[in-house]
Order: sequence, then C-alpha cells, then structure tokens
Amino acid sequence: MTAATYTLYRELVLKHAKNPHNRRQSDPVTHSAERFNPVCGDHLSVYLGIDNDVIVDAGFDGQGCAISVASASMLTDAIRGRTVTDAQALAAKLERLLGGELFGDELGELGALSAVQAYPSRIQCATLAWHALKTATEPLTQHA
Amino acid sequence: MTTPLTVSSNFDNPFRRDFPALDQSINGHPLAFLDSAASAQQPAVVIDAVADYARENHANVHRGVHTLSHRATEAYEGARDKVRAFINAEKREEIVFTKGTTEAINLVAQSFVRPRVSENNEILITHLEHHANIVPWQLVCEQTGAKLRVAPINDRGELIVDELLAMLNDKTAILAMGHVSNALGTVNPVKEIAAAAKSRNIPVLIDGAQGVPHGKVDVRDIDCDFYAFSGHKMFGPTGTGVLYGREAILEAMPPYQGGGDMILEVRFDGTVYNDLPYKFEAGTPNISGFVGLGAAVDYMQQAGTDTIASIESDLLDYMTAQLAAIEGIRLLGTAEHKTSVQSFLLDDIHPHDLGTILDHQGVAIRTGHHCAMPVMQHFDVPGTARASLALYNNRDDVDQLVEALAVAKRMFG
Repeated sequence: MTAATYTLYRELVLKHAKNPHNRRQSDPVTHSAERFNPVCGDHLSVYLGIDNDVIVDAGFDGQGCAISVASASMLTDAIRGRTVTDAQALAAKLERLLGGELFGDELGELGALSAVQAYPSRIQCATLAWHALKTATEPLTQHA
Repeated sequence: MTTPLTVSSNFDNPFRRDFPALDQSINGHPLAFLDSAASAQQPAVVIDAVADYARENHANVHRGVHTLSHRATEAYEGARDKVRAFINAEKREEIVFTKGTTEAINLVAQSFVRPRVSENNEILITHLEHHANIVPWQLVCEQTGAKLRVAPINDRGELIVDELLAMLNDKTAILAMGHVSNALGTVNPVKEIAAAAKSRNIPVLIDGAQGVPHGKVDVRDIDCDFYAFSGHKMFGPTGTGVLYGREAILEAMPPYQGGGDMILEVRFDGTVYNDLPYKFEAGTPNISGFVGLGAAVDYMQQAGTDTIASIESDLLDYMTAQLAAIEGIRLLGTAEHKTSVQSFLLDDIHPHDLGTILDHQGVAIRTGHHCAMPVMQHFDVPGTARASLALYNNRDDVDQLVEALAVAKRMFG
C-alpha cells in the first residue's frame, strides 16, 4: 500500500467505513435532512433527536463512499450531547480542517479526516453529512 | 492500406510514444491512463499543429484579405474537408462545426425538431444514452408538449432492438440514439435501426461521441440523417465538435444562433442567412481547435481506423478476462458487440474509493455515473468504476489496473 493510500484511508477511517456507528434513524427524529453529491450521485440523510436545544441522539443512512460514510459515522458520535450551536460550530471547524486552515489534533477523532484536504475532489464526500446537519438544524437558528 | 496490428503479450504499442502526456509518473508509478472515454490524450502532432497555428498563422477566418486571414481560413476549412472525407460525407456543406457533441445535438433539437413537433409527437431515445442525448430532448418536450419515449435495454446492457422498432410510429418526430454506450461500451446496430426508421420516414440522429474514436464511421453507409461527435474524444482539442447533417435537411432548417459569419447581408428590415454550413456557425469559431481536430483526423487516418479497432478489440478482450478473474468483481455491460469500455464494481467498495486508491498507484479511471444516470438506475447502482481504452493503451496498463485493484481489495477486505 502506498503512503498516500495509507494516509487517506488510515485505520480509524476504515474502521468507521466498515462498521459505521449509528447507521439508523435517531430516537426520536425531531429534525432531519438529506444531501446529494451530484458528482457521484451519493446521498446521505442525517437524523437528529433534539430536546431543549441539546442533540440527544443522532443517526444517518444513505449511500456513500468510505470517506463520506466514515465522516457521517464520526459525526453521529461527535455531536451527541452537544447543543445545536455547538454542533454547528463543530461543522464549521471541520470545514476549516478540510480547507487546511486548522490542524487535525484540535478535533480529536475527526482529525483523521484531515488527509482529505489533499484531495479536492473528495472534500465534498467528507462534508456531505455535515452539510445535512447544517440543513437539518437551520430552522432552529434562523431566528436567533 | 495499413496492415492491422494485433496485441500480443509483449506487444510494444508504437502509438504510445506519440502521446507526450502518457510519459509521466503519477504518485510514483507510471501513468496508466484508462479514462479515454471521458477525454482522450492528444498526440504531439495535434499539440504542435495548434501551437504552430498560434505562432504563425492566426487571424480571423472568412474575412480580411491579408495573408494571415487567408492562412487561417485555409487551415479551418481544410479541417472541414478532412472531417468530410473521414466520415465519408458527400459534401463539405454537410459538416457543421460545433463546440462538441452536446451542442450538435442541441442544434438539431432546437432547429430541426422543435419547430416540427407538437403534443401529438414522440421523440424516441434509448436507455443507453448519456445526458447529452437525453436532456436536449427533454427541453424540446417541455417546450412543445411532445412525449419522450425510451427504448429498453437488457441485463447485458444491449438495446432490445425489437422493442425499439415497435416503438417507431407515425408520431415519432426523431429517433436519437448513441452509436456506442459511454458507460457500458455496447455497440448498437445503428445501420439496421436507421434503415427501419428510414422506411417509415422517421429522421435519425446518431450520437457518435464514442463511435468515431474507435473505428471506421461511414455516415453514408449508416444512412443516418444526423451524426454528432466530439473532437476531444478522438485525440483532438476540447471545444471542437461536428454535426453531420444531410444537405437537404440542413438547408430547410432555420439557424440555431445568430451573429457574424452566419449572414450574407444584415439590414434592419431583414437579414439574409449565409449558405451551408456557415448558417450554423455564428460568431468567430474555435479556429485553433479545429486546426487541431484536422491534425487529429490525419493522425487517425495514418494509424488506420482498422488498426485502431483491432488493437482496442484485442486489449478489451484481455482486460475483460483479467477483470473477470478477480474474486468479488461484478462486470456491468457484457454485450456481445462491445468496444473499448468495461464498467465494474469490486466487492462493496464504493467506486470513488476505488478511483482514489487506483490514482495512488498511477491508474486513471472514471468513477461515478458517467453522465448516464439512467443506465446506472437500470442496474440499480449509484455508479461504477469504468476503465476505457484508446489506441495508445497496452497490456501493462491493464496489468497495473489489476494489481491496483488487488491493493484496494486487501484494504477493504
């Protein structure tokens, strides 16, 4: 395996891709959104159970590559227990990570996705679930 | 006459060295370029023709009496003569230069079909088409109320010809179908189908984007009314395309776009359109691009379309056999008559992941829906990995692909 392959598909990413966490609807589903990647036709849905501004459960389903599925799996782990604003801030941080503006070690497990920044055509795979998260939570913050 | 070459295990492909882009390393591996169906590489003679034109001969065409304008016009119109001979059209007036296949089909949709149809008409395409031969017709249907009908394919990715023929009727305003499927490589029996349509006076457009690069195309032998193709898939520059149309039909069609070059006389009380083919070439054309296309036609003529077809056929057989031997592979598109393309899936590895892992090993393939989403829907997959061949590929390219797939399999296994 080449170094580049190993860097992009490091063990943590493969672990999430092969056995994604929370590939199911959340309990309950109070908010959800589906996003498409027109480049490949992939689509992911993110489901959220939000109680009093706190994300009590999160899940996802749909069709995606290893990068998008791993990112979605990590998302569901990372946002549970966070407030909506906090989760949105995390989504913004991930975008900055993929844009090369942030170091991976500031984001814990999500830092494993930092290698994607070297693959411009794959960045939208890594952000697919996070864009769904943003769409799903938009109604909650529009009037804030 | 050139003697067709055949590929053996130690075949040293003499055409490969004509293509400078192939001689490079990608991620520490020799480049194995297996994405020519998306866009083919250019031989040095094409690159040089474009550069020489820009260095020495550039001016606008069809105007100006000075030397450079004359040279530019000769080069541009010379390319038209080459294309005419290449596809065996009867007259140079039947060769309209466009931006590509897509624009050629849109031209026919808007200038030929749209004025002639109403909600009582049907437009017939096939399930194999890429988006360029679907969406222009959907637009006409939205504009006129005409109905789009789609001839079905079987599980090998072959057109079900009997069903297509049964769909031809008095309402059919045009049959628009691909010569070769870009996603699956299926070669359609266009001559037989065109004859059936002609016997019912139904006009036929053949989308030849994937036909012209891989063998001899003779529009008079096919006996179609229109044939559209792109320069960049046949070793020419991007932004060049050709619409062949029967002279009488083109004569009767209104212009597609207005502007310079497509007029004889402009007055505010009425404008006189130019003769064929200029009536359909509004504005300053992509002169340098068509100079390059002319050089690409020369290159293919010298290589010999039979030689090209023979090399690709042998290599496709080899590639298909090598891929089929991989455990966990699913080949999509297994038609009896095929050329140059094999779509596949490996285990449950997403095509995009395959594409990236292969790129790490110097192998360039296309992944995704190949701008043919309905074909993907037929096989109930979101996309495939697609390896496509051109006259410059060899067995090393295929072997490199197979080795790279083994790496992907180990990673995801």
